Amino acid sequence: MSLAQKGRRVVLAGLVLLGGVYVRALAFTPVERFQGPAQKIFYLHVPAAVTTELAVILVGLASVFFLFLKDPRLDRFAEASAEVGTVFAAIVLTTGPIWGKPIWGTWWTWDARLTSTLFLFFLLIGYHVLRGAVTDAGLRARYAAVLGICAVVLVGFIHMSVYLFPTLHPQPIVLRPAKPGVPPEMLVTLLLSFGVFLVLYVGFVMQRYAIAQQREGAASDV
Amino acid sequence: MLSAEGLRHAYGRVVALDGVSLTLVPGQTLAIFGPNGAGKTTLLKVLAGLIRPQQGWARIAGGRRAIGWIGHESHLYGHLSVRENLLFWAALYGVPTTERGVRATAVLERLGLSDRAGQVVWSLSRGLMQRAALAKALVHDPRVLLLDEPFTGLDLAAAAELRTLLGELRGAGRVLVLATHNVDEGVELATDVAFQRHGRFVQLAPRGARGTADIAAAYRRAVTDA
Amino acid sequence: MRELLGQAWTVARKDLVLEFRTRTALLSAVVFTALVLTVFNFGRDPTAVATIDLAPSILWVTFTFAAMLALNRAFQLELENGALEGLLVSPLSRHSLYLGKLLANLGFVGVVEAVGLPLFVLFFNVPVAPVLLPLIGVIALATVGFVSVGTLFSAMVVRTRFAELMLPVLLLPFLLLPLTYAVQATARLLAGRPLSEVSGWLKLLAAYDLVFVTVALLLFPHTVDE
Repeated sequence: MSLAQKGRRVVLAGLVLLGGVYVRALAFTPVERFQGPAQKIFYLHVPAAVTTELAVILVGLASVFFLFLKDPRLDRFAEASAEVGTVFAAIVLTTGPIWGKPIWGTWWTWDARLTSTLFLFFLLIGYHVLRGAVTDAGLRARYAAVLGICAVVLVGFIHMSVYLFPTLHPQPIVLRPAKPGVPPEMLVTLLLSFGVFLVLYVGFVMQRYAIAQQREGAASDV
Repeated sequence: MLSAEGLRHAYGRVVALDGVSLTLVPGQTLAIFGPNGAGKTTLLKVLAGLIRPQQGWARIAGGRRAIGWIGHESHLYGHLSVRENLLFWAALYGVPTTERGVRATAVLERLGLSDRAGQVVWSLSRGLMQRAALAKALVHDPRVLLLDEPFTGLDLAAAAELRTLLGELRGAGRVLVLATHNVDEGVELATDVAFQRHGRFVQLAPRGARGTADIAAAYRRAVTDA
Repeated sequence: MRELLGQAWTVARKDLVLEFRTRTALLSAVVFTALVLTVFNFGRDPTAVATIDLAPSILWVTFTFAAMLALNRAFQLELENGALEGLLVSPLSRHSLYLGKLLANLGFVGVVEAVGLPLFVLFFNVPVAPVLLPLIGVIALATVGFVSVGTLFSAMVVRTRFAELMLPVLLLPFLLLPLTYAVQATARLLAGRPLSEVSGWLKLLAAYDLVFVTVALLLFPHTVDE
């Protein structure tokens, strides 16, 4: 079975599981006291945000290894992870306002999670723009790796600055589940959702990687 | 002075170097003849350290400091004068501060540019700019000269002058590697001749007593064989 | 170490000489800064929002755009006559090249800021005098932050299509951080807050500078070497 086909199966499995998690979220998890049913988007929103950050971190790691090892597979993986990360970021940035409107009364708010995901979104867009603007494959891979590493350092710096200078950042930008003392059913649903998003991430990356492979094969056959 | 072993390099699927090895000692001048696309420029770039070969190695005694590069571009800054350019490049090549002015003056004189020393480069005629480019390549007294199609665009007089200059350098014990697609240009200077085709040397031998016509014929044979 | 810095200075000095000799880029950047400040003036309603509240943002948005203009030209200087190739063939360390460009960019942006700040004070009647020294400190730290990543990216962008558009797209997310810190620090300084409240932001700026100059220095060779 080719990588693309395997990827497709993983994604399908992930989507089915996602459906399962949602059934659980809607039917078997208590409704949050203050926010009502709209809070349930939380189970989509938060894992997507965490997965975006994971995607960016993996782009950074792959970039570091690429610069040392020069293996084009690492570059292809970085490309795939970045694109999947962008999709997940878009999910967060659309579900956020959908949640925000009934809760806060506004479409957008500069809360920590949305802001940091917007930031990641800009970084990822920049990554794609750079890749698109370089025609030479070797140059493109090197440039993308440099940008990827800078992006991860930036994200790391933001997180560190929150811990080192707590008085300046009253609201932590770190993505973590809501307040402590979340009832166990909610926590379980949330964790299940994380797992499902991870599965989806892997599946999408596999497919996207396969596309990158095909593209390179086609290009060098010309 | 200069050695390379098993150089292999490809751009994607295009093979530019396919197993090139050579060794040169002071006083040798290697002329590499080859059609366009044979990999001559890639070879020179690998020797200069601009490109790291995918396989094999190349070493020049003295490192980058010992190399003078003459390629398609002059590497001169248009808004600096000829002399300012020379002083800048001399500094980068590690010429001590006290010697820079002296060396610049000497090389300007050798190339007949003394009266143009203060002129900004963008205002020079093409021929003068080419001479200035030569001055830049020589200001730090390199042991090894890598020349990529240096006769391109030179008129007869300029070409003759260049040949004289290169002959002097060879006589002074420098190593010259000259790449060109035109046999007439490099033959007389060469102590050794190589024919490059599809990234490899199909022949590499001392010139011996062979004249231009002989070499040209051999070259034609070498590059038109299937 | 000494040679590293010495060569960096050689590169920086050459860039600064070129910039001051041609003057076009410098003048454009200065005029642009003045125009942006003017636009901000016409874009606000002084009865609705107090100038002093907007002032830090105005100053820093202006400086960010000015820095962007400066960074765009940094490596374009080296495209002329293939000078970049010349730099890479020479023994110039890639780290020295980065540092040299960084210094030259700092000089360029510094000149623009030196004109921009008095204009800002003039146009918006901002009481800068009592906090001038700390304010200059903030400006210096933030500028290093802008230019550190900017120099690295401008080296990459110069070889892509649409370089002038690419640089802002890539760079702005990275500039947001020092920009935010600088605005916070400036706001507190102008509001007459004690230095202890400002020091946290200064430390963040310094930390950003340290981290990103180091990262850019380490990554720079990969943008120019193969």
